[in-house]
Amino acid sequence: MDILNQIADSLQKGEDQQVGTLTAEALESGVSAGDVLNKGLIAGMNVVGEQFRLREIFLPDVLLAARAMYAGLELLRPHLAKEGVPLRGKVVIGTIKGDLHDIGKNLVGIMLKGAGFEVIDLGHDVEPEAFVDTAVREGAPLIGMSALLTTTMVRMKEVVALIESRGLSGQIKTIVGGAPLSPEFAREIGADGYASDGATAVERVKALLGVA
Amino acid sequence: MEGLRERLRRGERLVGDGAWGTQLMQRGLPDGQAPEWIALERPEVIEEIARLYVDAGADLVTTDTFGGTSFRLALHDLEGEQERINRQAVEAVRRAVAGRALVSASVGPSGRLLEPYGDTSPEAVHQAFVEQVRVLGSAGADLICIETMSDLTEATQAVRAAKEQAPGLPVMATMTFEPNPRGYYTVMGVSVEQAAAGLVEAGADVIGSNCGIGMEHMVGIARELTRVATVPVAVQPNAGLPETKGANVVYNETPEAMAARVPELLDLGVALIGGCCGTTPDHIRALRAAVDAWQARA
Repeated sequence: MDILNQIADSLQKGEDQQVGTLTAEALESGVSAGDVLNKGLIAGMNVVGEQFRLREIFLPDVLLAARAMYAGLELLRPHLAKEGVPLRGKVVIGTIKGDLHDIGKNLVGIMLKGAGFEVIDLGHDVEPEAFVDTAVREGAPLIGMSALLTTTMVRMKEVVALIESRGLSGQIKTIVGGAPLSPEFAREIGADGYASDGATAVERVKALLGVA
Repeated sequence: MEGLRERLRRGERLVGDGAWGTQLMQRGLPDGQAPEWIALERPEVIEEIARLYVDAGADLVTTDTFGGTSFRLALHDLEGEQERINRQAVEAVRRAVAGRALVSASVGPSGRLLEPYGDTSPEAVHQAFVEQVRVLGSAGADLICIETMSDLTEATQAVRAAKEQAPGLPVMATMTFEPNPRGYYTVMGVSVEQAAAGLVEAGADVIGSNCGIGMEHMVGIARELTRVATVPVAVQPNAGLPETKGANVVYNETPEAMAARVPELLDLGVALIGGCCGTTPDHIRALRAAVDAWQARA
């Protein structure tokens, strides 16, 4: 097995130290940081995401794989900058104002980072203005919102309205998720996308941003 | 009043209560505020809801302390009020039920991911449960109700904390399962069988399942639970999944629809049936009637 496959394989098993060791080895032997990222780390995380989506594995497996991904990514970061390898695009995420639940949102962040996106996580209890202001300031084309409460999910609409009123429709897209949400709800509030879980969120985000 | 263990030992089937969050919101819980806050500022609201559930026929009434660990209260800057919140919540329910129902002191998840998946140590959540249960026990709870757990390590830490701090009180411990092509599992990948074994080993007197996606799946979960459990089994399902109707959010399972599955649950050997999210005093009334009808036949 070549070293990139080994990295992908170790990542799937959640072996963070081994992924770090192999990443360092690959870089030393002259493999480009871009290849380590795309053909090693992201390739491995794609398998994990797919297995999770198909319910073949559970959340703990994904969390361990993500931890292994970070171990490799930390080592890669300076090399990626040197090689000028762009990450896949920026995404602003957060749990909507009034809602303090963030495990689901954190998972989406982990999966997005695992897929190579740059994630700006605003945490929980996020004001609608903060979502839009951050996306504008950071040049992020996508806002991801989460809610676990039926009382807070209705507030997602304010973010969509804010994007419209500032003339940003089309430039900043929105995707929503959370236990009480549904595709119908997303359509009703005018969100561009809906995802039922972290793995699906990655697929939808890729589609919304037009990246493979 | 006769305790939980004695009643279950006699073979009595019991009825729990229904949702609290929606009831609190209808009575003025401020938007975004912790439900536990009500115990500090308006304990009379707790008494009112508790009476509704007793009048509906609940044998157990839950305290509004689900988020009463310091971890959860800290999200609302209320961790300094941990002692008062948990104490006043128990005392309010105790006053309201006035011996007509058992005071079931709720303990929910810390909201943290435990090592190695997250940054919180099992010892830290254990300590948080110790602090909460110590207050719940000394304030006069009749049992500790550990619920909506997904991580078995966290659930067993809570059970152990309860047994250490309130050794005289029975502990009910329920987890939330979802359907999966291979059976029912929690989001953390704990199977019904693993949950049953782990919770009993930690010392739980009653084990079970709460929350989830409605009565249909709860019957499936109960089938697995009653097959493997060595202690009485409790189920407290949601009234289905929430759906949006315009600006409103509704739970679609009617009291009648839920009550229709009660005989099946009781035939399986389930010892306690109550409700979780979206259930109301009307749901509890329907469950009570169904349980009574089944017991009259038995």
